[in-house]
Amino acid sequence: MLDAEFIRARILEALPGSEVDVRDYTGTGDHYEARVVSPDFAGKAMVQQHQLVYAPLQQWLKSGELHALALKTYSPEQWKKLGTR
Amino acid sequence: MTPELKARLEQETQSHKIVLFMKGNALFPQCGFSARALQLLQPLGEVHTVDVLSDPEIRQGIKDFTNWPTIPQIFINGQFVGGSDILMELHERGELADLVAGKSPA
Repeated sequence: MLDAEFIRARILEALPGSEVDVRDYTGTGDHYEARVVSPDFAGKAMVQQHQLVYAPLQQWLKSGELHALALKTYSPEQWKKLGTR
Repeated sequence: MTPELKARLEQETQSHKIVLFMKGNALFPQCGFSARALQLLQPLGEVHTVDVLSDPEIRQGIKDFTNWPTIPQIFINGQFVGGSDILMELHERGELADLVAGKSPA
């Protein structure tokens, strides 16, 4: 079973300098959701942003240990815009 | 993937401004995610749909083509946008119309 902190650490390794929140939304340790705000996302399509987050977790997604990871991804600019609307 | 299949997928994805690979067709969506994707896209323009259920080669082929594991899959202006979650999120952020208008990156 993975915990939220483990997932957060893998994402942070892959995307240094990002802000990462991970939440276990079923309480069963295999369905998570994450919000990631990363400077690496600037100018990237959402699908590319998601693939950057999935990449370091591929092995656990493939094995099924991590069954689902719902993502919300933002560049710092997108995140700022969201906060002010 | 055969060159023929790749060429066919390239042709399909470039054929219209909005292309939706879905289960079923616009009149009879066979899956809730496909139906929802269609609902979000239709107000933005003509949606060209490709029914993956009627063609097993396309059903697997599109997943290999985009390296994305699920259906539906959405292409806007020839660019792969993602699946239903991403579409929903773009809609909620009010970015979907801009995308169709070519005003923001997919």
